[in-house]
Amino acid sequence: MKHLLSTQDLSAADAIRILDTAEEMAAVGEREVKKLPALRGRTVVNLFFEDSTRTRISFEAAAKRLSADVINFAAKGSSVSKGESLKDTAQTLAAIGADAVVIRHWASGAPHRLAATDWIDAAVINAGDGTHEHPTQALLDAFTMRRHWARLHGTESQGTDLSGMRVAIAGDVLHSRVARSNVWLLRTLGADVTLVAPPTLLPIGVEEWPCKVSYNLDDTLEAGVDAMMMLRVQGERMNASFFPSTREYSRRWGFDDTRLRALDELGLKDTIIMHPGPMNRGLEISSAAADSPRSTVLDQVRNGVSVRMAALYLLLSGDTRETVPATTPSSKESH
Amino acid sequence: MAENTYLIRGAAILGGDAEDLLISDGVIAARGGGAASHEAAGDAIVIEAAGLVALPGMVDIHTHLREPGREDAETVETGTRAAALGGYTAVHAMANSNPVADTAGVVEQVHSLGRASGWVDVRPVGAVTVGLAGEQLAELGAMADSRARVRVFSDDGICVHDPVLMRRALEYVKAFDGVVAQHAQEPRLTAGAQMNEGAVSAVLGLGGWPAVAEESIIARDVLLAQHVGSRLHVCHVSTAGSVEIIRWAKSRGIDVTAEVTPHHLLLTDELVRSYDPVYKVNPPLRTEADVLALREALADGTIDVIGTDHAPHPSEHKECEWAQAAMGMTGLETALSVVQETMIETGLMGWADFARVTSTVPARIGRLEDQGRPLEAGEPANIILVDPAARWTVDPYKMATMGRNSPFKGRELPGAVIATFFKGHPTVLDGKLNVPYRHPETAGAVSGN
Repeated sequence: MKHLLSTQDLSAADAIRILDTAEEMAAVGEREVKKLPALRGRTVVNLFFEDSTRTRISFEAAAKRLSADVINFAAKGSSVSKGESLKDTAQTLAAIGADAVVIRHWASGAPHRLAATDWIDAAVINAGDGTHEHPTQALLDAFTMRRHWARLHGTESQGTDLSGMRVAIAGDVLHSRVARSNVWLLRTLGADVTLVAPPTLLPIGVEEWPCKVSYNLDDTLEAGVDAMMMLRVQGERMNASFFPSTREYSRRWGFDDTRLRALDELGLKDTIIMHPGPMNRGLEISSAAADSPRSTVLDQVRNGVSVRMAALYLLLSGDTRETVPATTPSSKESH
Repeated sequence: MAENTYLIRGAAILGGDAEDLLISDGVIAARGGGAASHEAAGDAIVIEAAGLVALPGMVDIHTHLREPGREDAETVETGTRAAALGGYTAVHAMANSNPVADTAGVVEQVHSLGRASGWVDVRPVGAVTVGLAGEQLAELGAMADSRARVRVFSDDGICVHDPVLMRRALEYVKAFDGVVAQHAQEPRLTAGAQMNEGAVSAVLGLGGWPAVAEESIIARDVLLAQHVGSRLHVCHVSTAGSVEIIRWAKSRGIDVTAEVTPHHLLLTDELVRSYDPVYKVNPPLRTEADVLALREALADGTIDVIGTDHAPHPSEHKECEWAQAAMGMTGLETALSVVQETMIETGLMGWADFARVTSTVPARIGRLEDQGRPLEAGEPANIILVDPAARWTVDPYKMATMGRNSPFKGRELPGAVIATFFKGHPTVLDGKLNVPYRHPETAGAVSGN
């Protein structure tokens, strides 16, 4: 792996390698001295074209725990006329000697442009691009689910996948980079994914995705869910006729107290409730749900640092060995 | 030897039998057996054209020359050099310059620049509305009566979406045999649109440009054209559904013509997966099914003509994020080859059909009397010679256009323009630019090049 741009092209072997490495990194986070010397002398730039304090500090903590030098570059200019072009910014970072660029951008595909052009030769990590992907969020979600799934099966997480796990993702799928990255990665890891959303907030073409689609959250819960992920509803959707009102949205697609009780009534005692944050309490998730023992919201934040450490470590540690194919070599004839 | 007399020997006329063509004083003096023995042939410069196809000079109904205003993207001089190299003898220069070509003064300026350059006929397209703002009709009559003799009117790049304004424009241009060329794009359905809406946009997270936004405007406009009894031209048709509506309109006798770009005949939205803005264009690249429907429609006459929508942009408008990038592709120097690849090599068309869709009908739509004529004695000598057996690899840096934004970069394509005769004068010889034609009023001027 040279870059981490998307989960769509991530093989199962690479995904599991990142998650396993993250487990090792998590152990570091539990020590009194939370630091490894692995990336000493390497420079990681957090290039943020869009505000996201949560993601930025998570990457910053991850890089610092690996002893990398961290530069935070908040490039708020959002148009060619107002600010420096992405090309000039990238070439500037190359001249400064960046080894990795963690890029957050409002434009879908901006990390791909950095990786595909000769503007900069650094490792590129996509920290969320437009409405396209947010691969480290999906990896931290998968990490959180995998720990839960392994615990339920009485095994260690290391080396396992999410085979058989039923995951529902509810909310604004159309504009969600988190949903896209999760659909691809969860499928790769063997989970059974259902998207739940108003039809207005599902993209045309979703029927070709490797998942089920439902317009009804209650039906989805009744069918059985092991992890329920709620997506944030962005403020700007509320006045664009995607749904009639926030109250109607909340009643039909929010994880409210009634649905929290329904989990117990349906006998789904081990179902976890996830949210990538920041939450709109009372809209897509009720406070009781967000604060319940089922909620993994803070675990997700904690695991985010471990997963990002793993990604930075694998991209920058000089470990350039080729990806091991996911298939098991069974005979010598294949040579 | 007489400088203005050329004997083309053994060219396959419209891809048919090999015949001679004698060009003298700007017209075809003779065709066939009598050409070599014609009295003017003795002094003629002989061009051996065995293996080459002779076609009428191509006429582009849809070109962006960018001058005045964006001379960093293209000028009339560079754009018409590209046109000549691409086999064109006439282009229609779109109105979205700065200032907009919405007055007689601007269209006359563009017309004059074209005559001064001398590579092709430059026919300005007039804006339908003042400043392309979609609010008030521009002085269409003044542009029609100007020295530029504008017959095609378009707000291209922007749809005349107000149905009343579109109706009035269609009605008004009847007074001078004009045509409204519509960029069919419902604006509310395409707010923030970045690419075709479908399976690929869903994955890429790019704002969708749904086919219905094009089709609904075309449906409305053909009904308006029928109601007011006017002539409508649909720019760059890009969807299978649009083809169905135009086919229906023609079957009802509605006076509608339609164009398709070479890029929509070859490329699909799968290319957008690269996020390389060289593939960003409006209307967007569609699906394989759309491409096949467009080819079929061009072959059966539902779509009348090829329009390049040649849209050069400076590199900084493409070397950026997809969402930031300008829409548009260059096309003048690749059009012939792409049409050969998609229509002729596939067996859908012959060279006579090629002449119809690239010359005869576009000249008729634009009311260009001297263009798109048969290759017969007495006709204006706007002729190209094409080597259909040639193959070449597209290199945008070797093109005459200032735009480097060719979506065909690196592709191997068939067919090469060997010579272009504009008014009997070779603007292109041996596949290279020769010297421009000098119109009488510029004959004494010294070329700045």
